Amino acid sequence: MNDTAINDTVIKTDAVIIGAGPVGLFAVFELGLVDIKAHVIDILDRPGGQCTELYPEKPIYDIPGLAVVTGQELTDKLMDQIKPFGAEFHFNQRVENVERLDGGFRVTTDAGTMIEAKVLVIAAGGGSFTPKRPPLPGIEDYEGKSVFYSVRKMDTLRDRDVLIVGGGDSALDWTLNLEPVAKSLTLLHRRAEFRAAPASVQKMLALVDSGNISFKLGQVTALHGEGGQLSSVTVKGTDGGTFEQPTEIMMPFFGLTMKLGPVADWGLELKDNLLPVDTEKFETSEKGIFAIGDINTYPGKLKLILSGFHEAALMAQQAHKYVYPDKKLIFQYTTSSTNLQKKLGVK
Amino acid sequence: MARITFIQHDGTEHVVEAEPGMTVMEAAVKNSVPGIAAECGGACACATCHVYVDEAWREATGTPEQMEEDMLDFAFDIRPESRLSCQIKVTEALDGLVVRIPEKQT
Repeated sequence: MNDTAINDTVIKTDAVIIGAGPVGLFAVFELGLVDIKAHVIDILDRPGGQCTELYPEKPIYDIPGLAVVTGQELTDKLMDQIKPFGAEFHFNQRVENVERLDGGFRVTTDAGTMIEAKVLVIAAGGGSFTPKRPPLPGIEDYEGKSVFYSVRKMDTLRDRDVLIVGGGDSALDWTLNLEPVAKSLTLLHRRAEFRAAPASVQKMLALVDSGNISFKLGQVTALHGEGGQLSSVTVKGTDGGTFEQPTEIMMPFFGLTMKLGPVADWGLELKDNLLPVDTEKFETSEKGIFAIGDINTYPGKLKLILSGFHEAALMAQQAHKYVYPDKKLIFQYTTSSTNLQKKLGVK
Repeated sequence: MARITFIQHDGTEHVVEAEPGMTVMEAAVKNSVPGIAAECGGACACATCHVYVDEAWREATGTPEQMEEDMLDFAFDIRPESRLSCQIKVTEALDGLVVRIPEKQT
C-alpha cells in the first residue's frame, strides 16, 4: 500500500516512525527502498532530534564518508536524501497510545492525530524532549494549574499575573506573546544578559522601558500557594538577599531534557529504560514493533548514529515481510538497480 | 594524573584519577560518579553537568566563557562558583580539585 488514505480522521499507512532524529530519518530511506511508506512523528518542531536540539553547530567526526559534519548539516543532508520517499511529518506531537489491531497498530498522539500502520518503528533516541522542571519543593502540585511550561492557547492566561523565568529564546518569545494578553507580566532572569535572538531582546527591553512589563534579576527558590494555585514565589536576588514576588502564574524556561515518556506504558519489555531487540531484525518483544538507534539495547550495543543506520537497514527487511507478506524481497544495490534508482528519482 | 574529588549533595565523596586533557565531566562519567548527567555528551548544550567549584580552586579553574555562561542559564541554583564540568579541562595543576554536585541536574 503506497497511498495514504484518510477515513474519519484516521490516517492509514504502512509504517509509523516515532522520532525524527538521524536514525528515524534514515529509516524513511531504508523503508522507502522496499516500498514502505512512512509517517514520522516527533515531539520537537523540526527534524534532527538531538542533532539539531543539542548540537546543531557541533562537528560530528564519525559519520562514514563525511570527515566532519555538524548536527544541522547531517540533518539537512538526510532530509534531502529521503525526499524521494515523500514521508509525512507530524511535528510538535508526542505519541501517547499504541493499540494493537488485526495486522497492525494504531498510534494516537497528544494532538489527537491517529495513524494506523502495519509496522511501528521506535527511533526515539533518549526519549522525548520535555521541559526541565525546576527542582523546587512541591512544584508538581502547581503544574498544569498555575505552573506551565507551555499553553496551547494564549487566552488561558488572559488577565492573569504572569511570571516568566529564564533568559533564552523560549522565555523571551513567551514574554512577547503574552504581554498583550496578561494582566501583568514579569520576566525574571539570573543575569541581565540574554541568550536569545537580538530582535526579541530589543523588543523585550522596549516593553520594560515603556513600563508594559517588568524585568527582575534573580532565581526562584520557593513557591507559595494553596491547592495548586500559586500566590507568590521567593526570589534570591543577585546581592544574595531574597524577596517575595507575587504572581498567579509561573512559566519556567530552562531548556529541555530527555525522558522516556509513554514508551514505558506500551507493554514492551524494557531493560534499564531501553528496548531490548534482536540483532537480526531489531524487533522488540512484540512482533511488528521495531526499535532502532539509541533507544534499543543488545549485546555490544554502541550508541552511535552509524549503528542506528545499520539497524534501520536490517529492520526494513523484516518490516517488508509484515507489509508485503506475499512478496519476496530481492536484495538490490542502489548503484546498479534500475528499480531502486527509479524510486530514488535518479533514473 | 590529577586527583579530583566530587562531593555529592548528601556529602558522599568520590575521588577519581583523571588524565590531563580530558574534561572534569568525562572524569566523572568514566568513573560512574552519580549526579553528573551530561545528557549532551560534552557539547556544552544541556547544562546537566553543573558543579560548584570549591572556593580554593576557583582561580585555577578559571571563569566560564560566553557559551558556558549562556548555557548556565539552563541550570538551577546558579552561584558564583557554578561551572559546567564539561568545560573544565583537566591539567596537572588541577591535581586535588574539589567540586560539589548539585542536588538535581534536570
